[in-house]
Amino acid sequence: MHRRRWAPLIFAKISYSSADPVTVHFINRDGERLTTTAKEGESFLQVVVNQNLAIDGFGACEGTLACSTCHLIFEKDAFQKLDAISDEEMDMLDLAYGLTETSRLGCQVHIKKLMNGVTVQVPVEVSDVRRQLEVGKQSKQ
Amino acid sequence: HHDLAQVDIYEKLPVPFGLVRFGVAPDHPEVKNVINTFTHTARSDRCAYYGNVTVGRDVTVGELQQAYHAVVLSYGAEGSRVLGIPGENLSGVYSARAFVGWYNGLPENQDLKPDLSCETALILGHGNVALDIARILLSPLDFLRKTDITDCSLAALACSKVKRVWLAGRRGPLQVAFTIKELREMINLPGTQPVLNPADFTGLENAVKDAPRPRKRLTELMIKTALEKPRERAAMVQAAVPRQWGLKFQRSPQEVLPTADGTRVRGVRLALTRLEGSGDSAKAVPTGEVEELECGLVLSSIGYQSLPLDPAVPFDTQHGVIPNSSGRVKGAPGLYCSGWVKRGPVGVIVSTMNDSFDTAQSVLEDLQGGVLDVSVPRGGFGAVGSILRSRGVRPVSFSDWERIDAAEVARGKAAGKPREKIVDLQEMLQLLDH
Repeated sequence: MHRRRWAPLIFAKISYSSADPVTVHFINRDGERLTTTAKEGESFLQVVVNQNLAIDGFGACEGTLACSTCHLIFEKDAFQKLDAISDEEMDMLDLAYGLTETSRLGCQVHIKKLMNGVTVQVPVEVSDVRRQLEVGKQSKQ
Repeated sequence: HHDLAQVDIYEKLPVPFGLVRFGVAPDHPEVKNVINTFTHTARSDRCAYYGNVTVGRDVTVGELQQAYHAVVLSYGAEGSRVLGIPGENLSGVYSARAFVGWYNGLPENQDLKPDLSCETALILGHGNVALDIARILLSPLDFLRKTDITDCSLAALACSKVKRVWLAGRRGPLQVAFTIKELREMINLPGTQPVLNPADFTGLENAVKDAPRPRKRLTELMIKTALEKPRERAAMVQAAVPRQWGLKFQRSPQEVLPTADGTRVRGVRLALTRLEGSGDSAKAVPTGEVEELECGLVLSSIGYQSLPLDPAVPFDTQHGVIPNSSGRVKGAPGLYCSGWVKRGPVGVIVSTMNDSFDTAQSVLEDLQGGVLDVSVPRGGFGAVGSILRSRGVRPVSFSDWERIDAAEVARGKAAGKPREKIVDLQEMLQLLDH
């Protein structure tokens, strides 16, 4: 009994004081994988900004829910573990290109330990689909 | 994406940022955060800004093409679509663009002096601009006082008698162009009561059952609002009758009706329509029935329009855009376009931003593929500067803008506003000469 009561406390102490970095992979629009470390509690937008990731036009409104440029697509199981989406986030997400069932706004989703190794996709915009086809053609020449 | 590119930006006004400064509503400051990204770009060593230069008058597109390897036209849509109905030019009828320009400090609209002495205003259009105008007309003054709305328009709104705003559109609830965040904001506006007719929404719950989520949620919000009872008010005194706003559907303006002396608007005759087809492509067809709506202020919010810039640049007058393929202007090598002048005046910041990336990609491809010959250097501003000097034009640099910016912020501070915009062109330039 004694041990049980103490164990959770010790566990909690260890996880808060060591602040292990969480590994996150961003698949950029051109298919390039950007791997970086993030801190618990940071939003995905903050990760992109703080790590200076080369994702064009990401987070135009600086996390104030006034645009949808930090739109990210999660993998299904990672998506299901995210905190519930608010009406305000959904209102802006609804304006994003290429909306999927596992889409969220990066400024509203925060890094948790259990996300270690998560992969998120920066959505390919309508005009980019055509580019991808062209790049594909060129690289075959 | 290109280590050696030097980009020069030419702008008609002394101040930069276009619609972010003059289009976005004063009570939406977060949307303007994108200015920080723009500022960061402008401060790059390889980027230069030249304001107060009117392309097509101070320097021609041809002269720019001589001086630069590539020229990108992204001058947007400065005109308004015209209603094309009798009475459109009566006093009391304004384009949404002019009204928004007025409260946002666009120099050319400062003399608008809109007459706000009537009780009922009619806005024609069901887009976000229409909602912005309704919100600015009906917002509690305290909300607006701390924004960057101009002092002059704040004073006019303080004396406004407008207490009822109708937004009329030709088509139905499933075709509204405004978005849910802006609608929610209007529904929740303190001191106001939404007026939506439940009959307009019969059967729509079912119709959007399988619609894409954005359209579904937007329609469900309108239905919910239409069916809600008017909010109970603790003390409903005559003097405290709330301001009202409402949506009218399937109403197309036929004629703006004049007062007895023929000078001002007293109302609008609206043709009732029915819809042929469904969804985005539904068409409004007149039924033959009409109705008259009494109002003293009419705002036409039916869309913007691009104007041709220079005889040397092809322009598709039918569609109001520069003919192009992925931003490459047709029949004009070295000339590109992006934004509203390329695709038409529709879309929020994210759409226009992505579009500009698309054009930039075309320029990069042409540089890499040798379509643009950069083996011979071009004069850039070295050449254009002399042309401007010879024509007595004084370009405004980005650091000049930063001085204007600092002055506006300082002026706003005393009133608790983020800035007090300078609305007179001469005043802006005189500030720089001291």
